[in-house]
Amino acid sequence: MWRIVHQFGSPPWVYGFCDRVIPWLLPITVVALLTGRVWGLLFAPTDYKQGDSYRIIYIHVPAAVVALAGYYVMALAGLVSLVWRVKLADTAMRAAAPIGAAYTAIALITGAIWGKPTWGAWWVWDARITSMLILFFLYVGVIALFEAYENKTVAARACAILSLVGTVNIPIISKSVDWWYSLHQPASIKFTGSSAIDASMLYPLLGMIVAFYALFALLMMLNLKQSLTSEYAQSNWLIKRITT
Amino acid sequence: MSETTDIDMLRYCRSQTGRHIMLLVRSPSEVINPLLFFLLVIILFPLGLGPDREQLSVLAPGILWVVALLANLMICMRLFVDDFEDGSLEQLAMARVPLAIAVLPQLVASWLASGLLLSLVSPLFGLMLGLSMDVTPVLVASLLMGTAIMLLLGAVGSALTVGVQRGGMLLALLVLPLYVPVLIAGTRALNEALYGGDPYVALALLGAGVTGGLILAPLAIAAGLRVSLEL
Repeated sequence: MWRIVHQFGSPPWVYGFCDRVIPWLLPITVVALLTGRVWGLLFAPTDYKQGDSYRIIYIHVPAAVVALAGYYVMALAGLVSLVWRVKLADTAMRAAAPIGAAYTAIALITGAIWGKPTWGAWWVWDARITSMLILFFLYVGVIALFEAYENKTVAARACAILSLVGTVNIPIISKSVDWWYSLHQPASIKFTGSSAIDASMLYPLLGMIVAFYALFALLMMLNLKQSLTSEYAQSNWLIKRITT
Repeated sequence: MSETTDIDMLRYCRSQTGRHIMLLVRSPSEVINPLLFFLLVIILFPLGLGPDREQLSVLAPGILWVVALLANLMICMRLFVDDFEDGSLEQLAMARVPLAIAVLPQLVASWLASGLLLSLVSPLFGLMLGLSMDVTPVLVASLLMGTAIMLLLGAVGSALTVGVQRGGMLLALLVLPLYVPVLIAGTRALNEALYGGDPYVALALLGAGVTGGLILAPLAIAAGLRVSLEL
């Protein structure tokens, strides 16, 4: 079992692993995204209150779910790199950060677009929106810190520490934002929570969540491959792999 | 290599705290400038929002806390810079006392010169904004604890950015999201006190933040400093 774990520390093996998985993952992602999209947009029933505008949920919710999970992927990679000094974990952490930030941005933008017809405003200081915005800045902080250092090995260690500090703080931040929201509770926003989502709407949503996870994995592998290519441009194993 | 005893560590911490306090006393501008900043920004709010006393007193808890937060950020920007540039930070990292403990004296000294001072003068600024006198104890208590947490969190960011050129804006980007819970708990305590609620829940949470921060933050600060020193 440890052999498998150790293999993930070897750049040539991971490069090959990505090469082998991507041809499978790419069609799966495309099919899952298309199915979820078509199902959600055309076949899921119209919401009796929000009409068709609710259909943005099929992008909004998966993006938000995976954005949060992405931070933990990044922090876990950071932990591995700090504790076991696995250089590849640095690369993985760096690969996850921009994807996570992009997912968070998608969740925020779709949230704003959804907010306009349902709440009547582009931006509402809702607890979850605010948490998401802070998550976005946590991601941006990690990316900015990485860019600020000249020495990229040092930069990766700094980012690992920062993402771990962020991980400890994320539950505290989201709890405190919930608490803050309960103080400012505006009466105008009450549309969720009253009824659980119906199965006919839920299944396409779950499908989209799976698709977004697959997309995250796919993007991360592509990112990882690209980073490895530039990092090991002079190495024999890479030259051999690319030329053959 | 001989073991460091607890007494050594205590003696070390005491002498280091003395050194840092002395450094601050000898450059009073470092202590006074954040206070002046605090005062100046508070003056900007009535100028921007209008002199209506009613409105200002409603906004006062938020204004005081946001400005305290910004003043704290300014202090964190300078926190390790001098010691980093003259090399004493490197000596500190080489010393036999664990770095996580060795950074505590500086944090204590900085907090005495910033957080404590700011909390003690804050009732004055509260008065200027028309904040009711009754909530003064809550204001001071929340700021005492809140500035301590913010200093600990800011020190983590400061440790990570001290080796970076023009790290100031970067520091703000790194630590402001982490300040959110402190800001929420602090203003909550004040608002509860103002409108007859129970401020102790929020104050207790701030206290929990201080104790938790004192345990965890020095470890992160030490790790961050080691990264910055490239050790």
